[in-house]
Amino acid sequence: MKLYFKYLQILFKSQMQYRTSFWLLTVGQFFIPFAVFAGLYLLFERFGQIKGWQFFEVALCFAVIHMSFSLSECFARGFDMFSSLVVRGDFDRILVRPRSTFIQVLGSKFEFTKAGRLLQSALVLIWALSNLPIDWTLIKAITLVLMVTSGVFIFTGIYILAATMCFWTVQGLEVANIFTDGGREIAQYPLNIYQKWVTRFFTFVIPFGTVNYLPLLYLLGKNNGDDLLYILTPVLGSIFVLPCLLVWQMGVRHYRSTGS
Amino acid sequence: MRVYLSVLKLRLLNGMQYRSAALAGVATQFFWGFMIIMVFQAFYQNAADTQPISLKELITYIWLQQAFLVFVTVWFRDSELFDLITSGNIAYELCRPCELYGFWFAKLLAQRLSSAILRCFPILIFSFFLPRPYNMTFPPSLSAFLLFLTALMLGLLLLVAISMFLYISVFITMSPMGSLLIFGILGEFFAGLIIPVPLMPSWLQNIANVLPFRWTADFPFRVYSGHIPQKEALIGIAIQLVYLLVLVWLGRVSMNRILRKVVVQGG
Repeated sequence: MKLYFKYLQILFKSQMQYRTSFWLLTVGQFFIPFAVFAGLYLLFERFGQIKGWQFFEVALCFAVIHMSFSLSECFARGFDMFSSLVVRGDFDRILVRPRSTFIQVLGSKFEFTKAGRLLQSALVLIWALSNLPIDWTLIKAITLVLMVTSGVFIFTGIYILAATMCFWTVQGLEVANIFTDGGREIAQYPLNIYQKWVTRFFTFVIPFGTVNYLPLLYLLGKNNGDDLLYILTPVLGSIFVLPCLLVWQMGVRHYRSTGS
Repeated sequence: MRVYLSVLKLRLLNGMQYRSAALAGVATQFFWGFMIIMVFQAFYQNAADTQPISLKELITYIWLQQAFLVFVTVWFRDSELFDLITSGNIAYELCRPCELYGFWFAKLLAQRLSSAILRCFPILIFSFFLPRPYNMTFPPSLSAFLLFLTALMLGLLLLVAISMFLYISVFITMSPMGSLLIFGILGEFFAGLIIPVPLMPSWLQNIANVLPFRWTADFPFRVYSGHIPQKEALIGIAIQLVYLLVLVWLGRVSMNRILRKVVVQGG
């Protein structure tokens, strides 16, 4: 863990070398999801509701998933950019060091500029919460935190899976974006607005439903009975990362250097 | 003119080599289109009053958007050109016996065209065979289709003319990030990529009508679905032409002016 923070410190210093570019990127990261959110707002202005969901409820959904996404993009960027390590053969260097490959790849990149994105979703979160009639309890607050963390775990899991594929394909796979970017776009609305099979896929296979939809029902008091189950769903969703780590270990063993 | 045509041809052939990348792009865009349609379906399901664009027209609009995504997005860019400018290799480009504006215009045009040719057909063909209500529909008449083709091509030229300003701005700022951001976010929003232009509130639509971005992609797609009647479509094509002429003229003037001042540091 100490090693990881050391990595972060070095990366932060190196990114701060290009100060203007750093701030521009941060501002840009703020405005990209802002445009998407503006679109969401305008759609609600026109249609009023989506299958019985009000604007602020969906805004909360949006904020939670975007927060998790930006956090995971900050932390797990190393896995996202992993194909470049394999292509250049730099992964060999990581293998010979006496530390776990996981922490080294995780520490190989860190996007501080994603803070802009995080700030945007945090603002949406605050706005949504202050406009929703939720009677807060400690458990509800914990659930909210769990939702965001669980999202980070799931996104990281997908990044790891995509990175592991590189051991076999060498090239990075654009298709993985369907599950990260696509998953984010899907989960920014409550999952029950979609067709049944989409909802099922994103609840049981890639558990985005456990990040915001199911616990959101509990937060808004829309669930029927079984509070505990709804509170614990984010925890269950986080388990997704475990098989991903297992596959990663398998992949590392399978690795053959590209040479060069 | 022949020089530009051969640049166009060479680049087209070059772009066609990246077939597996295009295939991955097709899969992503297909998924994306599906997702957006499902969201709109949910919105339309209990919408109280009639909307300015019907769901059927909207679905066609979205599939066209996905098929011709490279005709809409500003971020689809040639980082090679950025590198030329920032690294000083621009000097070689200036030695060529043809005007830089036309040369780059042809290059960028070919890039978008080749990418679109590879991507649009699989998406369009698949989307025709999808079960209702997700399927794409035919245009109402042959003349609407011809108008659509004209508008689409003009829109492509217009977009390339817009994106030329991006490259010109790099001469001044030396970093593409800032202008990419502004062009990218504003351009895509007002081209109807985030929400379709007919669904915007009227004050936003007024802004979108004045800006050139809407004419690149939103307009041709609505001509296709018949949402814009043919008489209006003709007027729209005239507006596209005017925009194109003005932007190309402005681009050439500003580029030539900047090139006169350009300082190439040796190395």
